[in-house]
Amino acid sequence: MSAADALLAAEPRRDPSRSSMTTRIVIYGLLGFFAIVYLLPLVVMVMTSLKPLDEVTGGNMFALPKEPNFDAWAKAWGTTCVGLTCEGIKGYFWNSIKMVIPAVLISTLLGALNGYVLTKWRFAGHRLVFGLMLFACFIPFQSVIIPMAVILGMLGEWGNFFTDNLGVSLGFGNPTVNLVLVHTVYGLGFTTLFFRNFYEAFPTELVKSAMIDGAGFFQIFRRIMLPNSGPIFIVTVIYQFTNIWNDFLFGATFAAGDQSPMTVAVNNVVNTSTGIIEYNVNMAAAIIAAAPTLFVYVVAGRYFVRGLMAGAVKG
Amino acid sequence: MTEITVAPLADVTMPRPRGSVRGRLQDALPKLVLAPSFAAILLFVYGFILWTFYLSFTNSKAFANDHLVGLSNYQKLWTWTFETDPPSGWYTAIINMGLFGGLYVVCCLALGLTLAILLDQKIRGEGFLRPIYLYPLALSFIVTGTAWKLFLDPGIGLEKAVHDLGWTSFSFDWVVNPRMMIYCVAIAGIWASSGFVMALFLAGLRGIDGEILKAAQIDGASGFMMYRRIIIPIMRPVFFSALIILTHLAIKSYDLVLSVTGKNPGGAAELPSTFMYSYTFTRNQMAVGSASAIIMLMAIAAIMVPYLYSELREKSQ
Repeated sequence: MSAADALLAAEPRRDPSRSSMTTRIVIYGLLGFFAIVYLLPLVVMVMTSLKPLDEVTGGNMFALPKEPNFDAWAKAWGTTCVGLTCEGIKGYFWNSIKMVIPAVLISTLLGALNGYVLTKWRFAGHRLVFGLMLFACFIPFQSVIIPMAVILGMLGEWGNFFTDNLGVSLGFGNPTVNLVLVHTVYGLGFTTLFFRNFYEAFPTELVKSAMIDGAGFFQIFRRIMLPNSGPIFIVTVIYQFTNIWNDFLFGATFAAGDQSPMTVAVNNVVNTSTGIIEYNVNMAAAIIAAAPTLFVYVVAGRYFVRGLMAGAVKG
Repeated sequence: MTEITVAPLADVTMPRPRGSVRGRLQDALPKLVLAPSFAAILLFVYGFILWTFYLSFTNSKAFANDHLVGLSNYQKLWTWTFETDPPSGWYTAIINMGLFGGLYVVCCLALGLTLAILLDQKIRGEGFLRPIYLYPLALSFIVTGTAWKLFLDPGIGLEKAVHDLGWTSFSFDWVVNPRMMIYCVAIAGIWASSGFVMALFLAGLRGIDGEILKAAQIDGASGFMMYRRIIIPIMRPVFFSALIILTHLAIKSYDLVLSVTGKNPGGAAELPSTFMYSYTFTRNQMAVGSASAIIMLMAIAAIMVPYLYSELREKSQ
């Protein structure tokens, strides 16, 4: 955490009197130029989504919309075609919500427990266990995706079996359940890393004295660790939410058709090979897909940055 | 940093006697809590990697089978690595990986360091500027790619806008030109990730001991000299971290290619990640796909394992 805190809290402290007026102008000029470059794609995207199609194809992308309206947004949300069905992206938005909430909660809670065990209840080989969990964060998912597809296919057959015999699939073979499982498992490494590094700095004496007072494993977790874990919970939840919401590879592989998450649906809308390209609708769909994570970034940017820095392993 | 608050313990009892069933369960409890997560990772990560490794020695096509064929899938990839006429998909993937990865890593580092140094000059409005450089990190690569595809589209994007300004001979069709597409993927990638590097460097700059800088100033070091001789050398570990993280991200890049290029037409912007996916799931060459996945994994392991090892060791000291 310390590095991120230093970034966010420290006052710049180099002496400005040494640099001349021209240097200052160049510095501000460069910073302003880069700020514009970083903002332009988003600005163009938003402006395009507010224009009618003929104004997009016939006009200049930097021109302000003549009569800004949300028609393209309404179409993207409600009636645009994703694959063969033309009911907009709203269903896919809910698919992503249904997937992201359980996956974030489960992986975060497990990460908290793991971090607690790995720092306050150490056992022989704890470092190896953590090392193995940590490396799992960085593997290319291509190296596990085929076995995962085989296993999820098998679970799907169980689901069919249960549906035939019991009338309910018990969740087996349900794409949302599959994605929750996948995201939870492959998110565990990061959540464990975050909580481990946070609890590492937590005074062990408090835990020790509670033990002497007779408090058990869960009691200490609930009464001592949890009440002091607010910031790291926020960091982890935001990190997991952003990653899972933005995932494409797993969504495209393990969920099909109208069960796909939002990113897959947007990719299908944008890269459809039939009909004219409705740039304004495409951009509206992309903005809707980006809205939840952008919103989180705007309201909790501080925690977002902390998560990023912690994800680079430096504590 | 945070205030420590301790909720009162309700039932203060004596430590449980050891040896009893309950006592032994208490002792095993931490391991039991960790066990499901660890087992899941052993199975879903390491077990699955071994499984993929095994598949890479079979001749699996659309479905996994266990007909072993030795190293022939790796031999295929090896010969394809040099097959330039016509270039094989794997050859294109390797070349593109070098172009994309090199540009992505070098430009992110350069841009990140530049922005961090500029922001560290006692800038008014830093709190306003910093989030602007960082927001692309909150977007999915699908959204990033969609935005850049529109931005660079010759018909309605940048080329058209420059034509409208009066420079009608200006031509910028990279995003639809198969030979140049990979550079557009790099541009979008740099835009998406350079803010992260900026944050890493800025944190590093802010962490430098002010005394050292004061001493250098007293010795008459100019601003430029201070950066070249003192600040940048001190930041070597940060530089190294950023390099490792960026390299591994470059190898894993997948969705960005698809969204910037519009599903990678003709495999022009092929990378190992897209090669693996198309060979496994659309070309029914699962064994070759597995072999390419293992090569990706080994490349990442070669850079991540030493890095994580040193990070963990540093921390435990």
